[in-house]
Amino acid sequence: MADKKFAAYLCKGCGLGERLNINQLAAVATKEGKIPLIKQHDLLCSSEGVALIQGDIDSEQITHLMIAACSKRAKTEAFNFENVAMSRANLREGVIWVRPDTEAAKENTQEMAEDYIRMSCAELKYMNIPAPSQEQGRIPHILVVGGGITGMTSALEAAKAGYHVTLVEKTAALGGMAAQLHRRVAYQSPFKDPQPTGIADLAKQVQSHQKIKVHLNSTVADTSGAPGRFAITIAHESGGTSTENVGAIIQASGFKPYDAQKLTEFSFGKSPDIIDQLGLEALARQANGGPIKRPSDGKEVQKVTFIQCAGQRSQTEGHLPYCSGHCCLTSVKQAMYFKDANPEVDTLILYTDLRMPGFGGENFYRSGQDKGILFTKGQASSVLPNGGDLTVKFKDLILNEEVEDTADLVVLATGMLPNSGIDIEAIPLKVEEKKAGDSASEEPVAASPPETLVPVESVLNLSYRQGKDMPQLIHGFTDSHFICFPYETRRTGIYAAGPVRRPMDISQAMEDATGATMKAIQALENAALGRAAHPRSGDLSFPRFRKEGCTQCKRCTVECPFGAINEDEKTYPVFNEGRCRRCGTCMGACPVRVISFENYSIDTVGQAIKAVNVPDESSEKPRILLLACENDTYPALDMVGMNRIEYSAYVRIIPVRCLGSVNTIWITDALNSGYDGVILMGCQKGDNYQCHFVKGSELAHIRTSKIDDTLKQLNLERERVQTYEIAITDLARIPQIINEMETTIQRIGLSPFKF
Amino acid sequence: MTNVVATNQTILVVGGGISGMTAALEAAECGKDVILIEKNPSLGGRVAQLYKYFPKMCFPTCGMEINLRRIKSNRRLRILTLTEVTSVTGDTGNYSVTLKLSPRYVNENCTACGACANAVTAEFDNEYNYGLNKRKSAYLPFAMAYPQRYVIDSRIIGTEEASKAKAACPVNAIDLDMQVQELKITVGAIIWATGWKPYDANKIQPYGYDRIPNVITSVEFERMADPLGPTGGKLLRPSDQKEAKNIAFIQCAGSRDRNYLKHCSRMCCTATLKQTTYIREKYGDEGKANIYYIDIRAIDRFEDLYQKVKQDPTVTFIKSKVASITQDKSTGNPILNGVNTEGYQRYSTPYDLVVLAVGMEPSVDFTQLPINITLNESGFIEFDPKNGGQFAAGCASDALDVNRAVQHATASSLRAIQVINKVAGAEA
Repeated sequence: MADKKFAAYLCKGCGLGERLNINQLAAVATKEGKIPLIKQHDLLCSSEGVALIQGDIDSEQITHLMIAACSKRAKTEAFNFENVAMSRANLREGVIWVRPDTEAAKENTQEMAEDYIRMSCAELKYMNIPAPSQEQGRIPHILVVGGGITGMTSALEAAKAGYHVTLVEKTAALGGMAAQLHRRVAYQSPFKDPQPTGIADLAKQVQSHQKIKVHLNSTVADTSGAPGRFAITIAHESGGTSTENVGAIIQASGFKPYDAQKLTEFSFGKSPDIIDQLGLEALARQANGGPIKRPSDGKEVQKVTFIQCAGQRSQTEGHLPYCSGHCCLTSVKQAMYFKDANPEVDTLILYTDLRMPGFGGENFYRSGQDKGILFTKGQASSVLPNGGDLTVKFKDLILNEEVEDTADLVVLATGMLPNSGIDIEAIPLKVEEKKAGDSASEEPVAASPPETLVPVESVLNLSYRQGKDMPQLIHGFTDSHFICFPYETRRTGIYAAGPVRRPMDISQAMEDATGATMKAIQALENAALGRAAHPRSGDLSFPRFRKEGCTQCKRCTVECPFGAINEDEKTYPVFNEGRCRRCGTCMGACPVRVISFENYSIDTVGQAIKAVNVPDESSEKPRILLLACENDTYPALDMVGMNRIEYSAYVRIIPVRCLGSVNTIWITDALNSGYDGVILMGCQKGDNYQCHFVKGSELAHIRTSKIDDTLKQLNLERERVQTYEIAITDLARIPQIINEMETTIQRIGLSPFKF
Repeated sequence: MTNVVATNQTILVVGGGISGMTAALEAAECGKDVILIEKNPSLGGRVAQLYKYFPKMCFPTCGMEINLRRIKSNRRLRILTLTEVTSVTGDTGNYSVTLKLSPRYVNENCTACGACANAVTAEFDNEYNYGLNKRKSAYLPFAMAYPQRYVIDSRIIGTEEASKAKAACPVNAIDLDMQVQELKITVGAIIWATGWKPYDANKIQPYGYDRIPNVITSVEFERMADPLGPTGGKLLRPSDQKEAKNIAFIQCAGSRDRNYLKHCSRMCCTATLKQTTYIREKYGDEGKANIYYIDIRAIDRFEDLYQKVKQDPTVTFIKSKVASITQDKSTGNPILNGVNTEGYQRYSTPYDLVVLAVGMEPSVDFTQLPINITLNESGFIEFDPKNGGQFAAGCASDALDVNRAVQHATASSLRAIQVINKVAGAEA
């Protein structure tokens, strides 16, 4: 890369000119920041201000610019320059808006601003303009694992957008569970009657599409590589294997039905007339619109009872705690099979809550009522064969009484279990530590052996350090952890869709398949350009590591939340750019500090920390370092400024990509150079974690809890380093925490490390 | 004059709530040119008015921040606020769309310093808080508003107030001469992410929303619970500003009812379960939540939330469609009248505050617009091949929760891309 050329621009707008001595700030940037070109402007974000900067970029070949004005979150449309490195000193939200406009406060406020100039200059000096690595590939080809309705929909939607698809299906035919259905629930107006499934037609479309290649009786034996350049080995039942290179992967491995044999109270298996919903579909297919006959003696069913939530929504051992979402709709549809063939048949649905949401759900329910289906809020307790008939006992929750009823046929609405593959988090990771240190990785948490309801065959066979399958969220489903981002996968370029992601009906599964296909296409297109996937979408920076310094301790490979880093035969890390989400957890983990990004590194932050002017003890001015997660804490700090809530002038704030990227060397260096306190603010951790990099906040808590040794060596008090979980709404709490640290320092005294 | 470059390879997304933002971003991050228009002065839609999300009780502003950062860093995406569609002609791959741009009276010079707001005195109902408090006539709609730019309320144009605001602006950002503009653009595909609005509770006459001050809607309750909301996070009764501790929730208020909205609005059960946790958050064991319901539709793994709330001894579930609400004049307490269908007992129970879990209806009545699109009987856009290159995203298609709306918007984004790729003749 060409030489770095630096320039700094200082804004005098928004009161900065009145509140701060801008000439003095310029002098700091010149003398201490060693920036050769410095300009001041009355309103830097105005078109003239922007033109001034762009002019210098063009005529002076400026590559690195520092803008001292507002928060880096503000005025982003104005300060949007291509192909330059930029640092922003936050003098508005971070200084004048959080400080009183008084004569008495002036000195400290000015010092605060000067430090932010020093920090910004230091950061800029160590920044490089990110360039994509050379490992990109663009393979406009998607692998779909699973040939059910979700997988087939994905394949067709991808092909329709112009992409090639390889579909791998374990069984001998396309169609999956939906192929076993007689009819499906309506998903278009008027939502009145069961509809043909359309599966055969869909399968035909898939099989005849020139962009789609289907492998039946096949499984994925190995997945390696990264988004944009995955290499897939497909194993065929016939014994052979084939290989395929794809850009992204959709896991549509579907579900398997709950084993109704476990429901002994309902005598499943004791009578052929006690069946589950799939059993009824088979009977309906046989009947093909005619009267449905019961299996035991072929008698036409006169009375059928559906028991909802059979073995579901229950804390009983062996039952499913969740609701499978589709079963109410399905039972109403199945009752319609009877009613449509013969309105005289009694159809009773025993439910506790009928869950048929939305426009379609409610209309379908209403149609069921119109057809004469009987709905009773009741809790079934037993089903017993009684001669030729069945006795159903239930508690009528409306009449508050026990009822004994008979039926020709009982249908148990049992739930769905996801085919998620191996629960990689249930297997303790083996970590051979080279030496003990301050990182979190040496204590792999061995989860208690789960009650495994799914077969532990891998679906994807990922050759990832982190395990063979996607991490699961809850109840074994491979869902995203985030409400706003249902496709925020923990394995970049691999998207779960359909009932493997969460329980769902056919129409939602088709919608889900289309959404996941969108993300898969996007992942491969961005990987081809070296750009990060969500949430740092478009980021070109990427972790580089200096092999000479690496001690092969494996912390980075173990702690990477996205499984982006493999190990070579000598246990050196092997980074996979396409899989990386650029959070910097590896950088934070590295005890020898050999991992950094071009524009975010041990040095960009470390040097900014060291650039702060730490006054000597006699001045009695403490310095507090605050490392703030840029997704939640930093916006909250901006809002603190916008609301003009004041906080201590002694704090110096540095936004970090994620607390997981905080390397403890920064804290040690800060303490060594005379800071009196260090605060880390990140997202909520634990089961309900809010961290979009999964474990960043948790790792930071673990790492800083181990900083005690360092503090002891330095003979410093434990209170000087504090880590907090902060939400973006904590406007009142953040200033309190900062001010409390100042009070704490007053109590325990300034650091002895002032030079 | 606003200039917009658009071609038949551009995707137009109408509506800047979470669904529109998602649909626009997913396409733009796939390298497509996207124009996102929003009727209001800022993006975020109804999600920006939520305090927390179910089932995780996390803050919607967190996801907003990520989406805003994605928007700020994407050069493919053009955003027009205060903009509406007035007509659409043409067909798949080649639509001609007329846009109406209303004036903000504030240009891009605005630094959001707030000087104009300090200068003005006139106040109007705060839309962000469903009118529960007032805002200035020069205002930033809410703390996270994007674009981060003030707005001058058009009702003060031509008055002394407006001149005061203009005079106070240190950066010459206020332009009181801005006019309505009309813009014609060509696009290849259109995504309607026009969202939902709360059902008008006044129409549910037996519940007395218009007569009884302490009967409020769920969306108003949501704003109250928010520390950044009109009451600073306190659950206050409108009649006397006393803290409400014994609170009733009426489910299906205006939903699943042939007289009002026939459909089920899907998210109200889980939203109420969430809102009971606000009561616990404020009062611990001192608060009481009472949920009047038909079915608790906490579908799929939302069941976990239902089970958790059910275990809370301060929460009571009553299976009943409330017949009417009357008021105890002396206390201001609303009284719920009806029959508990589990055991058939009549009740007549007073509460401090009643929250109507109002349903969702489409925010746009497409029958009133010169736009050819298939609607169902509730006015939601149906998926229909006849719609050509026009697709619904999110709650324009059905009553959906946020997660489902985003899922749907992501799918819609691909459908629009399929149209654009076909226009471009793009072979992957």
